[in-house]
Amino acid sequence: MPTIAQQAPARASLLYDPKLRAVVYQVVLTLVVVFLVYTAATNAVANLRAARIASGFGFLSTSSGFDVNQSFIPYSAATSTYGDAFLVGLLNTLVVSAIGIFFATILGFIVGIARLSKNWIVAKVAMVYVEVIRNLPLLLQLLFWYVAVLTSLPGPRQSLNAGDLLFLNQRGLYVPKPILADNAWLIPFMFVVGIVGTIAFRIWAKRQQEETGRQYPVGLTALALILGVPALVWAVLALIGGRPVGFDIPRLQGFNFRGGMQLYPEFVALLLGLVTYTAGFIAEVVRAGILAVSKGQTEAASALGLRAGQTLRLVVVPQAMRVIIPPLTSQYLNLTKNSSLAVAIGYPDLVQVFMGTVLNQTGQAVEVVAITMAVYLTISLVTSAIMNIYNRRVAIVER
Amino acid sequence: MNAATETLRFVRAQPVDAAPPPNLVRGPLAWIRENLFSGPLNTILTLIGLFLIYVTVPPIIKFFFIDAVWTGTNRDACRPEVLGRPVGACWAYIIDKINYFIYGSYPAQLRWRVDIFFVLLAIGVGWMLWLEAPKRTLGAIYFFVIFPVLAYMLLNGASWLGLEHVPTSLWGGILVTIVVATVGIVFSLPLGVVLALGRRSRLPIIRMFSVIFIEFVRGVPLITVLFMANTMLPLFLPEGVTVDRLLRPLVGVAIFASAYMAEVVRGGLQAMPKGQYEGAMSLGLNYWQMMVFIILPQALRIVIPGIVNTFIGLFKDTTLVAIVGIFDLIRTIEASRVDPAWAAPTINTTGYAFAAIFYFIFCWGMSRYSMAVERRLAAGQHR
Repeated sequence: MPTIAQQAPARASLLYDPKLRAVVYQVVLTLVVVFLVYTAATNAVANLRAARIASGFGFLSTSSGFDVNQSFIPYSAATSTYGDAFLVGLLNTLVVSAIGIFFATILGFIVGIARLSKNWIVAKVAMVYVEVIRNLPLLLQLLFWYVAVLTSLPGPRQSLNAGDLLFLNQRGLYVPKPILADNAWLIPFMFVVGIVGTIAFRIWAKRQQEETGRQYPVGLTALALILGVPALVWAVLALIGGRPVGFDIPRLQGFNFRGGMQLYPEFVALLLGLVTYTAGFIAEVVRAGILAVSKGQTEAASALGLRAGQTLRLVVVPQAMRVIIPPLTSQYLNLTKNSSLAVAIGYPDLVQVFMGTVLNQTGQAVEVVAITMAVYLTISLVTSAIMNIYNRRVAIVER
Repeated sequence: MNAATETLRFVRAQPVDAAPPPNLVRGPLAWIRENLFSGPLNTILTLIGLFLIYVTVPPIIKFFFIDAVWTGTNRDACRPEVLGRPVGACWAYIIDKINYFIYGSYPAQLRWRVDIFFVLLAIGVGWMLWLEAPKRTLGAIYFFVIFPVLAYMLLNGASWLGLEHVPTSLWGGILVTIVVATVGIVFSLPLGVVLALGRRSRLPIIRMFSVIFIEFVRGVPLITVLFMANTMLPLFLPEGVTVDRLLRPLVGVAIFASAYMAEVVRGGLQAMPKGQYEGAMSLGLNYWQMMVFIILPQALRIVIPGIVNTFIGLFKDTTLVAIVGIFDLIRTIEASRVDPAWAAPTINTTGYAFAAIFYFIFCWGMSRYSMAVERRLAAGQHR
């Protein structure tokens, strides 16, 4: 008589076999997706043929025939191609994002720390800023800056003037333009030398502290090396006559400004909008990060005899940064993606130039949309890959 | 003897009333000193704060109320040279255009349909958001199934009910903003749940498709998705099939929002303790029974704040449909502020101020709600 274990298990109907079901589900899903993609592709091909629109990426090397007002590479309607227009747009996007990220970080950290201030007025001002900024659509804020503020400014002759250096009028912001002499490379070079020197000094100081217990003023030395050395070189060069960097200051001549560098109102409006908007979000990230460091950490640091500055530098900030950095990066990505709203106020970014003008002129929607999306996707994926590596490095090692 | 000591005693029998503490220890003066002027740095910060308040608040109050114009029928009401005084917000312009801002070009005699739509929507939203509301399951069915059908018939028209057809090209203003936001939430939440389940699935191909979709959509800006919906959707459909101009961005918004919703829901699914899954399985429930009856009700409940926050973002993002040519609130303001009948210096700012008030009330209200729910959900963790 066979025991229970020896009995053949009751065969369930094949219908209820989980493994088979899993395979069937996945095959069905794959077939559905393939079918959808295939239908869409064949329809697209038929539609494009009916509309006599060329396909392929050949259009990138045909002449564009339209002008872009702000460009960091040589570009002209007559000689440039759609490929050049793409590069112009991409560069404009990257430039406004990079500058925006820089200022948004500074403003965001200031506001975030201000919200935690013990000073009641400062905390409330920061709170109102964050609440108002975060609860209004970015597009509305951009239109406000562009239409209601910048294009409503007076003309060049009645410009708002800051110390005869900066001029703001409805044609944009005029700033002094740096003119580099032949020996200008020395300044950034000395700057790099200063950074290398600082790192070396820091390593040496740390070893000295571990061996002898003596502390050296790393912060002050770093300041002297990084800022002082280039300033000294500048001063020496200026004394012997070859000023490394001169400034071309804008001057009013007739009805317009000559010299200097003109920042278009679209650029200024986009930058203002992106910086103030993202700073509101960064402020919340910073606040959450600082609050995440438990009070016990600060108390323990004081119990060890660390001064307030040391507590902040050695205990609170490193732990807060662990919490702050991931959402901060996603805010940076948001800023980059939000810079595509430039199209609403006419700043020639990637979307405005490429997805707007080029798409309208060529009609090659599939290629243009694919390229534009690929650019943003690449930025996002590269950033998140770097973030994952960083996260793995700083994650708390649990026992 | 006894009596003598008593008379001779020169210690007081009654305690003296305590003197009030000095003003600098308690009371408003001390509070100001402690919180605002406790040191040189703090004093500087206070002065900076006061300066910021001084340069922003009085001009805003002046613009919004003191210099504002409330009545008038054309631009002369808001021109400083006509009035002979500085002019702030020109609310007369908003009052004159308010129907356009709410309904767009929706035919005037049919606007009661839009009003009923707003009421039906308010009922659905209230039912969903009020956590103690009776029959919330019915509420969900109403909001996600019955209401969309009713709303479509009301707004678009249904000839068999005697409701005249109104083409979407006539819709506009707040109506379109609300329609886009509602479609976004009604479609993105179920889609997001499905995508989140797909991403957590054990089946590799289903998981792969979900991950690709979510990461792709989250990696690109909404505006590119809208452009794609606008230019490529017609290409992908067979020849002769046209997609309504309003439907294209609606599809884009729904796709975009569902990816973000999926990540929020995934957070809830991951926060569920493993015991819940195991308990459900040990009861003999299959996958869908486990998800529908055990996991999702709990998971969705704990991510309500996240869902509301995503919805706030979605609500703000609806403004982007203006860029692809849909007449939402922003676009109606853009169109009406250049109306020569209302050409006055402060019209632009007034229009934007009106939109700002509208968006702020909604977004701020929702964020308050989300914070209240968060506090309620965290109530069990307070000791």
